[in-house]
Amino acid sequence: MNKQLLLGAEAIAQAALDAGISGVYAYPGTPSTEITEYIQKSPQARDPFVRSAWATNEKTAYEAALGMSFAGKRSLVCMKHVGLNVAADAFMNSSVTGIHGGLVIVVADDPSMHSSQNEQDSRVYGKFALTPVLEPANQQETYQITRYAFDLSEQTALPVLLRIPTRLSHSRAVVTKTETRPQNRLDPSKEKGKWILLPANARRNYQQLLEKQQELVLLSESSPYNKVKEGIGNKAVIAFGIGYNYTMEIISSYELQIPLLKISQYPLPEEKIKAFCNQYDDILIVEEGYPVYEELLKGYFGNRKFRGRLDGTLPRTGELSPALLAKALGLQTPEVKTIPAIVVPRPPMLCQGCGHRDLFDALNMAMESYPHKQVFGDIGCYTLGAMPPYSVISTCVDMGASITMAKGAADAGIRPAVCVIGDSTFTHSGMTGLLDAVNDRSPVTIIISDNDTTAMTGGQNSAGTGRFFDICKGLGVEEEHIRLIIPLKKNLDENRAILKEELDYEGVSVIISQRECVQTLKKQKKQCKKTSLLPE
Amino acid sequence: MQKNIIIAGVGGQGILTIASIIDLAAMDLGLHVKQAEVHGMSQRGGAVESHLRISTEEIYSDLIPLGKADLILSIEPMESLRYLPFLSPGGVIVTSTESYENIRNYPDKTELLNHIRESASCLLIDAGAIATEAGNVKTYNVAMLGAAAPYTGMEATELEKAIATYFADKGEKIIATNLNAFRLGKDYAQK
Repeated sequence: MNKQLLLGAEAIAQAALDAGISGVYAYPGTPSTEITEYIQKSPQARDPFVRSAWATNEKTAYEAALGMSFAGKRSLVCMKHVGLNVAADAFMNSSVTGIHGGLVIVVADDPSMHSSQNEQDSRVYGKFALTPVLEPANQQETYQITRYAFDLSEQTALPVLLRIPTRLSHSRAVVTKTETRPQNRLDPSKEKGKWILLPANARRNYQQLLEKQQELVLLSESSPYNKVKEGIGNKAVIAFGIGYNYTMEIISSYELQIPLLKISQYPLPEEKIKAFCNQYDDILIVEEGYPVYEELLKGYFGNRKFRGRLDGTLPRTGELSPALLAKALGLQTPEVKTIPAIVVPRPPMLCQGCGHRDLFDALNMAMESYPHKQVFGDIGCYTLGAMPPYSVISTCVDMGASITMAKGAADAGIRPAVCVIGDSTFTHSGMTGLLDAVNDRSPVTIIISDNDTTAMTGGQNSAGTGRFFDICKGLGVEEEHIRLIIPLKKNLDENRAILKEELDYEGVSVIISQRECVQTLKKQKKQCKKTSLLPE
Repeated sequence: MQKNIIIAGVGGQGILTIASIIDLAAMDLGLHVKQAEVHGMSQRGGAVESHLRISTEEIYSDLIPLGKADLILSIEPMESLRYLPFLSPGGVIVTSTESYENIRNYPDKTELLNHIRESASCLLIDAGAIATEAGNVKTYNVAMLGAAAPYTGMEATELEKAIATYFADKGEKIIATNLNAFRLGKDYAQK
């Protein structure tokens, strides 16, 4: 079957399989999770085998992918935009080492922050690392550009960053696939100095990376993904990535003749940009994300012919839409119906029967007698504990921050210094912070709300399941201060008492609140029914 | 031909089943399809919607432009109104009347239904009753699809074929129950 209805994320996965990857490495994160899930479920990944289990975090994922590349095989690594902050050390330095087998890093950005703490634009990271960036506009192009990304990576011996926004990752369209090519043979890199970033080697490698930039620009000049659509008039548009779709939507529905330059490969094709810009007096820059290239083209002194997110022609934040594009192009938009006031917001909430709920009930009761009621929070479903009726969580910053922020707050004198972190977040970035607290004998109470899974992204395996007691003990937490509770209504009084005891303890204590996620439980029951019973 | 459909509901209600069936039918007809979904945090009991676009021509934007939706197909009454700015002047709302009240300040239902009636030409469907009549409450979504079938731009027979494909690995009985719900939904709407 060559035609399939695929999410943008799935188009990447299918293309990576067809490009002959030997492994995918990833930590789940909306909107990137479906890439790895597709490969995990694909029969095509069984023979020849494609390695696809979840990594503990984005950094371990990236480094493993780099190791596979060192061995000469192709690897894919996927994460959400903020995940690249975690993997940044590995990513930045891998452009200095360069790669051997093709390495493509997919970063899914989340403009409008549908499921994220910020809307950072990953193209900046590509520029920072001096490595090629690809930004497809639609699902078919996503398939093609992913295949191309592996060729580009092997041709330039650099990691290639493929950036997609939520709207492309989570939107389906018909995708036609091409033939599958074989995986690379095991062929470890023989270039020794290249991989050892001691200062002398690093300086040489960095110089070579700088010298390579001209080649990358030339590749962008001739790239089939950077193209001009001719038009008439002195107004023009430069559209980047998915910005092209919104521009084309307006061009086709208003039957415009406006000239358009589409950019999907970076670094910018200098000559193509210059030639295009010289022809027009008024150029709208359409970028999904930060005005990265608008700023560059506008320059420090602010060339006024460029309009976009910086001068308010388009909003500075949030994802683009056809209506915003129409307005930016000065077009009349139809008057639309308004939402009646009777419609109230319906924010996400913890599921009925969720263990986090019973934990929060017990915690709120245990905290009652203290003047400070801050609970440091983390990233996961339990962040919803910040909302009524619990209103128990006071912070949500980055993966693992709950433990270390509680530690710092304890150092400053806050008592009790308590935090809630999920099981998967704990193994992702919490263990190192716990070690800091142990080494400093910080009076913190760390609650690991363990539901056996990475729940918010849809129930992926969690790296430490079944081993939290041992992990905490191994990191040096005193055994008598590692407490286990089962967050159920019937245990409320007992759990409150255990929490209270540990909140009063002047040292590191860990409470493992253990109950399986109701969603994964439901899924498992369904699965059991499917496999053990005959169809009705 | 181009049809823009917003499918609305609450996370966990299974709006993607409806979208997938329409997708299958459209693909079978060789049409262009785009379907934007909501994944992630909102799926936890929050408001969710899917933008579904089918066309004989190439489709560019994954999102339906404001004022261009031909149909809002909602499986929850309040949710049908949340996407009104997308509805075209001649657009139709097909919504279930059964409310999903997981928030404290859920509005008065009679007032809500009046608002829907005033907002656009609409069909209010008691999908729960239809699904029960069809023999399985889980066919709720398919009953709603049946009611909305005339506004999808596709023949009912095409959608029925897609239902059979969608439920193929669940066995004949499930297919038959869903086809029944689809037809009952269609009949209910035509009355």
